[in-house]
Amino acid sequence: MATPPAAAQQPLRLRATRRRWGEDVVKVVLALCAFVSVATTVGIVVALFQPAIEFFRAISIVDFLTGTDWSPLFVPASFGVLPLIAGTLLVTGCAILVCVPFGLGAAIYLSEYAQPRTRKTLKPLLEILAGVPTVVYGYFALTFVTPRLQDLGLPVGVFSALSAGLVMGVMLLPTVASISEDSMSAVPQDLRDGAYALGSTRLNVSTLIVVPAAISGIIASFVLAISRAVGETMIVLIAAGGQPNFTWNPQEAVQTMTAFIAATGQGDVPTGTIEYKTIFAVGATLFVMTFVMNLFAIRLVRRFREVYE
Amino acid sequence: MNAAAGNLRTKRPRGLWTGRLFYGFLVLSLLIGFLTLGALLAQVFLEGYKWVDLVLFLEAPSADPRIAGAEPAILATIYIGILLLAFTVPLGVGTAIYLEEYANRDRWYNRMLEVNIQNLAAVPSIVYGILGLAFLVRGLGLGRVLLAGAMILTLLVLPTVIIAAREAIRAVPDSIRQAAYALGATKWQVVWRQVLPGALPGIATGSILALSRGLGETAPLLLVGALTYVSFNPTLLGDFTALPVQIYQWIARPQEEFRTLAASAIIVLLAILLTLNAFAIWLRNRYERRW
Repeated sequence: MATPPAAAQQPLRLRATRRRWGEDVVKVVLALCAFVSVATTVGIVVALFQPAIEFFRAISIVDFLTGTDWSPLFVPASFGVLPLIAGTLLVTGCAILVCVPFGLGAAIYLSEYAQPRTRKTLKPLLEILAGVPTVVYGYFALTFVTPRLQDLGLPVGVFSALSAGLVMGVMLLPTVASISEDSMSAVPQDLRDGAYALGSTRLNVSTLIVVPAAISGIIASFVLAISRAVGETMIVLIAAGGQPNFTWNPQEAVQTMTAFIAATGQGDVPTGTIEYKTIFAVGATLFVMTFVMNLFAIRLVRRFREVYE
Repeated sequence: MNAAAGNLRTKRPRGLWTGRLFYGFLVLSLLIGFLTLGALLAQVFLEGYKWVDLVLFLEAPSADPRIAGAEPAILATIYIGILLLAFTVPLGVGTAIYLEEYANRDRWYNRMLEVNIQNLAAVPSIVYGILGLAFLVRGLGLGRVLLAGAMILTLLVLPTVIIAAREAIRAVPDSIRQAAYALGATKWQVVWRQVLPGALPGIATGSILALSRGLGETAPLLLVGALTYVSFNPTLLGDFTALPVQIYQWIARPQEEFRTLAASAIIVLLAILLTLNAFAIWLRNRYERRW
């Protein structure tokens, strides 16, 4: 019997014998790419909050959040942000009236009623709505929807929260439909079959089984849509008007937070002045509002994924 | 027994009409989307088709709507598109590779990175405009130039590219990686020669969709100063106005003729964006691989 060679006695070494520097360089370069996203977030926070804090040194944050008069460019200036927030919520409310019921309806149709082939053609068509630039929706609201509302006898002027909000609702319809549909498709078929076996109709299965089972994804889609409505700029800038207006009447013209930022930021406001800093104070308010909603929605989407995957 | 069975058969199903009503509501939901899209396209084309001509493509904007064109804006949008692809694709794909192939999920900073990217995808576009205004235009002193606009749009669409690229990379089955390792490939060789070619169709589709989204953005460009009167063709470090901003400028004018001009520019913009979207969908259907 030949004795095995001494080398085979030792365990086989799977480590590379020399370090591959090229591999390390690649990893560092890739990590740097990922770092750009972190830097963007840090940049946004610093860019918004540093001037915003300077702004709140000059103007009390309580006055800012509770004041009902927004006229930063007048003398004497007044910095109550409530008219801008009210305008934003008014337009968002009109958008919700369209995108929540009809987005959910479209999702139920696609998930529960449509044949697979119909779904395959309808879904991309619906996505086209999400691909139309917002400036085009603004044009549509101003030149088509507002005159039609006037034809209906509604006392809307050239600019109105209603017109901007309705168009925004249609724009957000695919957002609600596609996220809701995803979460409804994730509901196990067994649940539906069980309900059918007990004599349920398709209506019962959709509304009593599938929608409750997919509720976290559906709510997430609503929250994301609301967050996008709050942050949407061009439609309101074009169709909702340019004057701050503390009102809850959707037929009136209003200015939203985003429209104020866009209208003030596009001019030549001198750096460092209080007018310049209002952009950041309003921007920070907007960012905090959308940030909270987004985090909430991301959590919800995660939860329904964990349940069914 | 018999009576019960007969009873079951003859009884009209309860809620028949509620079911039909509900079905009608569902169809209406979809119809609202499609009818609006139809009305939008009809409105834009009927209003603007007359003025989609050589003047629009070859002339600079002017105070006289009859001789005003959008050549500088169209060129700037094309330049921005090229820069956007050149910036976002390497950055986005690099980040996606890092997250999918290199990052250790158990580390808190990698998990934070993921949540961070999801969050960035939902930050309002105007906030990116504020970032550009504060850092690029005023902070760095870059000024209101085309490069600043392209950089801000890059940051805006980067999360979209990352998310699409990650999904494409994740779809490449692990067996392919294992086989390559077994043949002695290094990690980067596996990624570069096996994973990336497999993920290419998905990455290309996501990048084109992101490009289309970036080119249609208006709000961030307003803040980095694209709202200027530009009568000359754009350069990298010069004043610029992009096509969506030009459209906004024309819509904001009170004269009816400028609305028409805006409609004709919208036709050009929609043609570009819908072609890009259609190309992306074609690419996905043509090259989508089932492993």
